[in-house]
Amino acid sequence: MSRLGIAFVALICLILLGPILVVVIVSFSGDAYLAFPPTRLSLQWYERFLSDSRWSSALVNSLETAAMCCVMSTALGFLSGYAFLRGRLAFRTVLMSLMLLPLIVPSIVTAISVYFLSVHLGLIGSRIWLAVTHTVVALPVVLILAQSVLQGVDPVLERAAMVHGCNRWGVLRRVVLPMAAPGIVSAALFAFLASFDEVVISLFVTGVKSQTLPVRIWNSLTLELEPTIAAVSTLLIAVTVLVLLADLGIRRGRDPAK
Amino acid sequence: MPLSARLTWLLLAPALAVLLLVFVLPLGWFLVSSLLELGTWPEITEQVAEVLGSRAMRQSLLATAEIGLATTLLVLLIGYPLAYGMLKAGRGGFRAIIACVLLPYFTSVIVRTYAWMVLLGRTGVINQILQELGITSLPLQLMYNRTAVVVGMTYVLLPYMVLTLFGAMRGVDPRLLQAAAGMGASGPRIFLRVFLPLTLHGVFAGVLLVFILAIGFFITPALMGAPEDMMAGMLIERQVELANNWPVAAIMSIILLVVTLSIYALYSRFADLRKAIVA
Amino acid sequence: MTAGAVALEGVTKRYAGQVVVDNMSIAIAPGEFFTLLGPSGSGKTTTLSMIAGFTVPDAGVVRLGGADMTHAAPRDRALGMVFQNYAIFPHLNVFENVAFPLRARNAPAAMVNPRVAEALAMVRLSGMEKRHARQLSGGQQQRVALARAIAAQPGIVLMDEPLGALDKNLRYHMQTEIKDIQRRLGMTVIFVTHDQEEAMNMSDRIAIMDGGRLVQVGPPREVYERPNSAFAGRFLGEANMIAGVAEGAMLRTPDGVSFTAANARKGPSLLFVRPEKLVLKRDPAPPAPGENSITGVVCRSAFLGNVIRTELLLASSEVLTIDAGNGAGASLLAPGTPATATWAAAESRLLEA
Repeated sequence: MSRLGIAFVALICLILLGPILVVVIVSFSGDAYLAFPPTRLSLQWYERFLSDSRWSSALVNSLETAAMCCVMSTALGFLSGYAFLRGRLAFRTVLMSLMLLPLIVPSIVTAISVYFLSVHLGLIGSRIWLAVTHTVVALPVVLILAQSVLQGVDPVLERAAMVHGCNRWGVLRRVVLPMAAPGIVSAALFAFLASFDEVVISLFVTGVKSQTLPVRIWNSLTLELEPTIAAVSTLLIAVTVLVLLADLGIRRGRDPAK
Repeated sequence: MPLSARLTWLLLAPALAVLLLVFVLPLGWFLVSSLLELGTWPEITEQVAEVLGSRAMRQSLLATAEIGLATTLLVLLIGYPLAYGMLKAGRGGFRAIIACVLLPYFTSVIVRTYAWMVLLGRTGVINQILQELGITSLPLQLMYNRTAVVVGMTYVLLPYMVLTLFGAMRGVDPRLLQAAAGMGASGPRIFLRVFLPLTLHGVFAGVLLVFILAIGFFITPALMGAPEDMMAGMLIERQVELANNWPVAAIMSIILLVVTLSIYALYSRFADLRKAIVA
Repeated sequence: MTAGAVALEGVTKRYAGQVVVDNMSIAIAPGEFFTLLGPSGSGKTTTLSMIAGFTVPDAGVVRLGGADMTHAAPRDRALGMVFQNYAIFPHLNVFENVAFPLRARNAPAAMVNPRVAEALAMVRLSGMEKRHARQLSGGQQQRVALARAIAAQPGIVLMDEPLGALDKNLRYHMQTEIKDIQRRLGMTVIFVTHDQEEAMNMSDRIAIMDGGRLVQVGPPREVYERPNSAFAGRFLGEANMIAGVAEGAMLRTPDGVSFTAANARKGPSLLFVRPEKLVLKRDPAPPAPGENSITGVVCRSAFLGNVIRTELLLASSEVLTIDAGNGAGASLLAPGTPATATWAAAESRLLEA
């Protein structure tokens, strides 16, 4: 690559990473307002975040919702992924496109529809319901990951298990699940992340008491750019980094085996 | 030995149930019942025609198309060289670039938008730097205009393009390029005559995907855009939240859905969404 | 009289309109080592798959121990099976791989240890219990697969080209070992292979398959020496086929040469004889009674290790192959040397052309 090319790529990488780094740096600012670079460092915005009950309850809501969504979408995604891979299925491509549709339909349209339903069913503010609505967008992500992981399980192994005494459930429990376990953990992490980061549906479906972190950020942003948001954002970024690192670790652990 | 049809459907049932009950059903219900609010059939068609002809609607559609196109173009212009850089970089370089792409990709849209607001705000980082350097004396209005929206959206959508393009570029057999070089073709000629045509399907796929996602955007334009420069998503939200006017929201949603699904159908003919979403 | 270990009755399987296994019937006796031998696409693997229960036949009945098991699930057939690439469970160690059939059937814990130990001893892998599949050589994986197949002591073990991935020496060694274990345990083995030497070395009976049909079934020597068709004759080893028209036990070639065979036919036929049954002489002598003879010119003579192979060009422009042992006095013949091949009429058979 030419020097110009390298410079361009480096610049783009800087622009990609820069804004995120700025947020992280600002979150540790000791100044009273958003100054960059900060004249001194402190944890004051984190303290404010943790001491403000609106923020801390949003954190709890986010964690609870993401955990529930993670369990539901991982279970549903893997079962359906297995069905797609090994099943005798009419309309396979149509069904797959349908399953992936939530990734393509504009989130605002999905959100308004879900809002419409939630109002009619009186489910606004329910945390379990919020997790269910998040499952709609997390499910396709898990399905995609599940399929690629399950493809790694040789069907001959499943036949070996069947002829040696397993029924379908036994095959799943004794061969498919243990072999796919690392991939399942990976998919679960991304499902958690999808819910933890979800904004648009949450904006409509959360009530005052079930507000999640992204919704709190949205509400604050429409008022002012308070640096507490930087601390919260840094927390969200940290979760993303952790998920990516965990996934990398899982992939590394899995590949040398092959 | 494939699963029996009954077992297959049994495994699919929970996922399909969630999808149908929490996605397809409410979508249909919202669209149909909102339109039915308008009255009888002739009244509906009349009203729909009126909404479609309204200035707000036309402006919003135009803004959506313009911002969508501008963003897609910008994403392509930045994404192609970046993906090419990923392809040509060594192991370490590749890892560094992919990290720079994936971290924003998996970071919440609201955080990414906030990050740009920190940069572009009146008291934001860029204004502070400009003033400190003495380039400007008063803070510039960098936000709440269309440029800010396009910049923010480009930032959010770039990873989709890069990952799609990189997939296409990795599929190019390097021996073809060696063959071209062996036959005496110059570097730029090889790129234009061999490499670019071989990655063109990736360009189409990336462009369609990014455009679909761009026209449906809500968070970034709502936070960074000018209030009067309303994209489709914002119009839908305002009609529901402020005006409580469900029929207009439904009409706009239908337009957005029809465009999105048509482009997605085209996209599906030569690309697999499953490969674009997960690196 | 006995029900037999495995029986196929008129079994047929089609895929996408194409007949893969065509109206196949076989009865396999308990304790028999039975081999399905054929080229790829001959339907042997599909046949095995229907016995295992992975594939349901479109017509016909599969019987195991006399009972109709055509539609039974694989787990209910009480089989053991060794797969082509062993199909060792990569997430389990050797012990757990071998224990799998016992655990999957919820065998009492007290039964698992001794059975696994016994099976591992049988394949001489004792002491390897804690190893993982990826730490094993191909031959060792093969043994684990074998131990797993016999751990639950099934009466019937299916083997789908189990030795295909091993190198030649190890392969012969494993053939002997498998045969030995089969005899000791008295189990019925149905073995699929495309390797004719392997089939002859191990089998009590061989079934030659082609295009989804059974071509010939019989003990190795019988199938080798008395093939019922040109396909069977060629598939089991080198074969000479001389074309002509048969009348009773006589075959007359278009050139007017006559040969005598052990069987009778009528109409266009092939005279079959194995290369090692032919004796090559340099001096043309009239054939003795009960002998066939033909004269030609040596076109090629090669040393193949244990045999010397000579190709004799006949006046009909057919080529006869003659294999002779390389014992004392054996020598290569220069191309162009006239020579006469003779063989006992009892060693040649008339086959359908």
